[in-house]
Amino acid sequence: MLAYILQRIIRVIPQLLLISILAFIIIQLPPGDIVTRQIERLQASGVTVSEAQAQALIRQYGMDRPMYQRYLLWISKIITKFDFGYSYTFEKPVAQVIMERMGYTFAIALFAHIFTWTVAIPIGIYVAVKQYSITDYIVTLVTFVGLAVPAFFLAMIIMYIALTRFGIRTGGLFSQEYMVLPWSWGKFVDLLKHMWLPIILLGTGGVAGTIRTMRAMMLDELRKQYVTVARAKGLSEFSVIVRYPARLAINPILSSVMWLLPPAVSSWRSSSTCKRPARRYTLRCGIRICIWPARIF
Amino acid sequence: MSDQVLAEIKNLHTYFYLAEGVVRAVDGVDLTIKAGRTLGIVGESGCGKSITALSLMQLVPSPGKIEEGEITYYQTIHQTESASTSNVIEITKLKPNSREMRAIRGNQISMVFQEPMAAMLPVRTVGAQIMEAIMLHQQVNKVEARERAIDILARAKLPNADRIVDTYPFQLSGGMRQRALSCNPDILIADEPTTALDVTTEAQILDLMRELQREYNMAIMYITHNLGVIAEMAQEVAVMYMGKVVEQTDVASIFRNPLHPYTQALLRSIPQLDDVMARAGQKKRLETIKGMVPDPYSVLPGCSFHPRCPQFMEGVCNEVEPAVIEVEPGHIVRCHLYASRSTKARAN
Repeated sequence: MLAYILQRIIRVIPQLLLISILAFIIIQLPPGDIVTRQIERLQASGVTVSEAQAQALIRQYGMDRPMYQRYLLWISKIITKFDFGYSYTFEKPVAQVIMERMGYTFAIALFAHIFTWTVAIPIGIYVAVKQYSITDYIVTLVTFVGLAVPAFFLAMIIMYIALTRFGIRTGGLFSQEYMVLPWSWGKFVDLLKHMWLPIILLGTGGVAGTIRTMRAMMLDELRKQYVTVARAKGLSEFSVIVRYPARLAINPILSSVMWLLPPAVSSWRSSSTCKRPARRYTLRCGIRICIWPARIF
Repeated sequence: MSDQVLAEIKNLHTYFYLAEGVVRAVDGVDLTIKAGRTLGIVGESGCGKSITALSLMQLVPSPGKIEEGEITYYQTIHQTESASTSNVIEITKLKPNSREMRAIRGNQISMVFQEPMAAMLPVRTVGAQIMEAIMLHQQVNKVEARERAIDILARAKLPNADRIVDTYPFQLSGGMRQRALSCNPDILIADEPTTALDVTTEAQILDLMRELQREYNMAIMYITHNLGVIAEMAQEVAVMYMGKVVEQTDVASIFRNPLHPYTQALLRSIPQLDDVMARAGQKKRLETIKGMVPDPYSVLPGCSFHPRCPQFMEGVCNEVEPAVIEVEPGHIVRCHLYASRSTKARAN
């Protein structure tokens, strides 16, 4: 088993390299690069840039070299020094920009997943065992609505209610006073106080789907003979369900654990909608637009 | 000791309430299970054999329900080597999930199921699944339970039992299914345990069951549609059709003197080597029972076998429900043909 896992990990390496090459090429494709931008900026501030200066800049950023050389330079720095270069937008090293966000986003994504599971898995098991009961019908209705409503929209509604009804501020991961302070127990508690809402916001989106998956898997497993065998051993109904069909039915859900990783890097934006006050304006507009048609009825 | 009655099933009715109608899976069955004896139950698919067995363990799957009848279990508790007390338990009065019922299930009444591969969870080791039952019913710790599990596997003639204990079910072949015996039950219900196995493995398993029966004076309720296995295993045979026992007698009479037309038809549909040789060259087909088992939702007036019966009597079989007739001592049949020959007609 260990050999198999190692083999899979080794297989990732060429894939990552291929993706990095593609990403590098795609970034280069549109016209304009960092040098033209730099020149434009200088010109905008009233400095005339001579041809010689432009050439010097091009050489400084290595833009005179062929693409494969630039790629090799870039990738070798990443591998050897974990240096992704410098972000001209944030005016910080890229690695620092990534790390700042990834830690929080990963934590939020992880806790959101845990929230989804602790809510959805027991409900999924319960409604499968009580198939076609009133509870099952109610949960089915709610989950279908949940599947139909986009997660971001649901998030907006929860934020709106949290803000208007309970006065909970949804912006920022820290209170003002802790924002700049170094890590301490107080700051950690403050983080937890602010984090639970984004966790629930993100987690709720997955609940409906997970309930459906769990229910469908359980229904398949409950019909199998090993369930009767387990009952025939004299186990209590709870032990039978938890030790046998649930143990198998949980597999597709557990195998999606690694789905945590892509959003941790690429969709930090969705959780930052809760973090960055600047975005709240757009959110509020969104809520107004969505609520407005509802008023007509 | 050997004829001690362990369980009695009286007038058992187990019905399934479905949207399409009521399925009378078991419709008035009387059976007696005796220590050290094997009761064979034969019949076509869907005649209620398995549901009778599951009723005995209170494991009838939903939406099935035991509607009527009594199942009495005469429990013997061995306190010491010589002394033992008996307990009369009305199984039908216990709740399916009650502690009392679960204490009997898997401990004193065990069941072996049809499909060897589907009977175990693929993600837990064989040992863990056997030990679970041992630890549930006997006061032993994990180490002792493990030793017993190894002992059981060794007893089941599996080579390298101490290694097999840690394997996963998919690593084993279909032949290993003896886990139900893990608690030396009083009654073992075997629901077509060898149907999915090859003939040599089947023979081994049958031998093993008989060996354990001799050793523990265990009662076996053997469910099958293979009459050959019945001849080998059982002392008593009950033939079931449409939820009813249509004929019940000892194993010799069922083969030499079958009375019910259904039993006769079943026996005729077994290929006989002599016949096959005699028929070689002629284009004669093996005899079958004409027609199909009727729609399970239907309630037929009179005898439920009448639409397929070669000795159908108009005005009798399709109108009057046949009573249980004891044609000879210990040989009962539910058929109008024997109404006059009864030594003692019992009203249903």
